[in-house]
Amino acid sequence: MNATKTTTMKTNKTSLTDEQLEKFGEELDAIRQRVLADLGEEDAAYIRKVVKRRQQFEVAGRLLFYLPPAWPLAVAALSISKILDNMEIGHNVMHGQYDWMGDPGLNSRMYDWDTVCPGEQWKYSHNYIHHTYTNILGKDRDIGYGILRMDEDQRWRPQYLGNPVYALLLMLFFEWGVALHDLEVENIVAGKRKLADNKPLYPGLIRKIRNQTLKDYLLFPALTGPLFPLTLAGNATANLVRNIWAFNIIFCGHFPAGVSTFSQEECEDETRGHWYYRQLLGSANITGGRLFHLMSGNLSHQIEHHLFPDLPARRYPELAVEVREICERYGLQYNSGRLSKQLFSVASKICRMALPNRAPKATGPVSVTDDALAA
Amino acid sequence: MGLTTTILRSRAVAALASPQGVDRYLEQVNPMWAAHEVRARIVDIHREVDVPGHPPVATITLQPTSTWQGHRAGQHVQLGVEVDGARRTTRVFTISSPDSRRGDRFTVTLRANPSGVVSTYLVERATPGTMVHLSQALGEFVLPDQVPEHVLFISGGSGITPVMSMLRSLQRRTHRGRVTFLHYAQSPEHQIFAVELDEIRRSGHGIDVHLLHPELGDPNLSPAYLERLVPGHRAIPTWACGPAPMIEAVRAAYADSEALRVEYFQPPRPTGTSADGDVAFAKSGLEAPNSGAPLLEQAEALGLEPEFGCRMGICFSCTSRKSEGTVRNVLTGEESSLPDEDIRICVSAPVGNCVVEL
Repeated sequence: MNATKTTTMKTNKTSLTDEQLEKFGEELDAIRQRVLADLGEEDAAYIRKVVKRRQQFEVAGRLLFYLPPAWPLAVAALSISKILDNMEIGHNVMHGQYDWMGDPGLNSRMYDWDTVCPGEQWKYSHNYIHHTYTNILGKDRDIGYGILRMDEDQRWRPQYLGNPVYALLLMLFFEWGVALHDLEVENIVAGKRKLADNKPLYPGLIRKIRNQTLKDYLLFPALTGPLFPLTLAGNATANLVRNIWAFNIIFCGHFPAGVSTFSQEECEDETRGHWYYRQLLGSANITGGRLFHLMSGNLSHQIEHHLFPDLPARRYPELAVEVREICERYGLQYNSGRLSKQLFSVASKICRMALPNRAPKATGPVSVTDDALAA
Repeated sequence: MGLTTTILRSRAVAALASPQGVDRYLEQVNPMWAAHEVRARIVDIHREVDVPGHPPVATITLQPTSTWQGHRAGQHVQLGVEVDGARRTTRVFTISSPDSRRGDRFTVTLRANPSGVVSTYLVERATPGTMVHLSQALGEFVLPDQVPEHVLFISGGSGITPVMSMLRSLQRRTHRGRVTFLHYAQSPEHQIFAVELDEIRRSGHGIDVHLLHPELGDPNLSPAYLERLVPGHRAIPTWACGPAPMIEAVRAAYADSEALRVEYFQPPRPTGTSADGDVAFAKSGLEAPNSGAPLLEQAEALGLEPEFGCRMGICFSCTSRKSEGTVRNVLTGEESSLPDEDIRICVSAPVGNCVVEL
């Protein structure tokens, strides 16, 4: 399946020639094939271990609520369990990273995660839409999630003065934001989507919301008898902790300074090389230790995740070495920084984008239909 | 069902264990605990046939979880093992022990197919204590509740397993009717359950055991032979299981008689098909002239490695999407030309041009 002819793109606005772009793509393809062939016992043992720990933290957390003085510990344990479930396990399993194991409990088609968003609808908007159209203005709805202005090419409107407030609310209620994201409210308001289009989503959404709220806010608190209010508050706090942590890690993935967005035109008839190029420049990493990578679901390696979404995330740290080297050779930017640096960069952007652009951009991507972005 | 099981399967517990499901929590404590899933522990592995230079045959004894609902003699089960790097692989095996009830131990008897991942693992490398994954018992190749006065079992090679299960069940029920047990094997050394069958032959009331070795001179299976052995065999309820050629011979001897029930271990070779047109595997970009064989084989001939399970049309592991073209089900003969159809490639042979998303 080797292409012997050089595939040319309609518009190559990258810093590489068509030929370089193709070679770049081939090098990354080779890495992917190599890892796929190498998947085996270690990967299986790893994810099984994480699953086991997640469960232990959850059981510990639920039990500790019976001891009121241990409330902070209970919240911590439950928070860790939810973070592990959503990020290192859920997100990665639903990407199909462990489908090769043939285990229905780790199969992307069957897994559902501990959050109000139904796995089924999330897989469509995330695996398909976000990962296919990453950072393409007008197609990737993760740019701003329909309520924030996160890019200079999104036309400014007075409502965006509330950017920091929307961001704060999204952070605190992140699991709800993710769940409602697929209803595409901003598109309905703009008249691009009919309310009726959301009907197929309602049954799954209602069922998941019901199951999660019943579990965390009624059943488990009820099981602690008179401690009901404490447990309820504890479960709510654990969800809040997970929301805040996940939001921050995820926002550091595509919004720190230096991350590029792309126009629909330059991505038309995209070659494999350009796809990799866009994934690379549209993502940013966070540096840290092994524990940090685990707790971030390896989204600290957002670049490697976007280059290889279906490879087990535990492989990303070792692949990062190779990816960095390739970037150096091709003279491409590899955006990576400390959590505090990336977070500060994102927070500044949120505040900056609340205001209209300072000066007209000298050169920018081909002008995009702003209506696609204005809510 | 015990109180514990009732509680574990209740909606209240399911709500607490949501969205993982209670089985995910139970298995961490003890893999033999389950509320819905079916698993089993290997208790014993016993070699039945071990002829040097030939694949061995072994009987695996399994202790299932309480979720196992039992089986009827003649049924089979999907068995999944984690082999070599934790890839769970599933294959279908016939249960050789007599009728079982909920939670009962049972056995599967299988030959270590030289190119088979699961069978080789089970026969040659698995050890007591290993956990396997199960489906519930499946299959329609069973005895009726009212067993007829005279039944005839015809089997060849490892096709003996379902009829052996039936024979053992009848013995346990102290069946008073006549049973004729006809089996074809390569040689006495290759005879599975040799000792037991010998015992039955000598002492079983009303059970006629005939073990034939055509490669050593015994008569082949033919309508004349069957008629001699069991006069009026076409009217006798008969269960036949074995290699495709043997089954074809039995079918010929029975014409269209409804007394015959058949179980295939491999899908029958499509005969008299005009293999024209081309087969295209869209995702891999491969194309080749249609050979008339089932799509799974044609894909493998081109170097693809589609997922498969039983290769028999039972387990649906090989389900793939046919975007366009006509396929024929080699088991039933049914043809289908629907576009964008999910088909079992192990039992679907293309009729003319065909495009599959593999």
